[in-house]
Amino acid sequence: MSMKESELENLILRALPDAMIEIKDLAGDDNHYSLVVRSKSFREKTRLEQHQLVYKALEKKMGTKLHALQIKTISI
Amino acid sequence: MEENITNLLHQKITSSDVVLFMKGTPDLPQCGFSSQVVQILNYLGIEFSTVNVLDDDKIRSGIKEYTNWPTIPQLYVKSEFIGGADIIKEMFEENELKQFFIDQGIKTN
Repeated sequence: MSMKESELENLILRALPDAMIEIKDLAGDDNHYSLVVRSKSFREKTRLEQHQLVYKALEKKMGTKLHALQIKTISI
Repeated sequence: MEENITNLLHQKITSSDVVLFMKGTPDLPQCGFSSQVVQILNYLGIEFSTVNVLDDDKIRSGIKEYTNWPTIPQLYVKSEFIGGADIIKEMFEENELKQFFIDQGIKTN
């Protein structure tokens, strides 16, 4: 399992085009990332719904192609 | 999803007020994210039961589908999905988590 930082970024941007994204590769192995996403799409949504949007953007690749992802969502 | 798996998951989710689906056990977590949530719940003095998804692959894949959430751990309170490790950690750091349990009528320390 692994995913390039650019692929992760592109998946998020495809689903949330206005997203401002910060990615950190926590272990240097393309497989453990920390992700901060700022988007207008998060407005008036619960944290749970915001994280669901991020997971949805990853199109089932979470857990199959990517092992670990810390997510923080910020509504703008 | 097979009906018997759905029933089994439902049974586990409703088995106590606070149920954590995790990798490993509270004494021996097998994943850093699961360990973090256990530590937070213990810190707040929450009584909780756990389901070790590593014991049963059907539960491991089933709970992800049931919740529509692709990662473990998953915390259920009064049969409602509250979040994974990031959400629980954020609620804890924002001082929301203890109040949440109090609002749910769950004893904290």
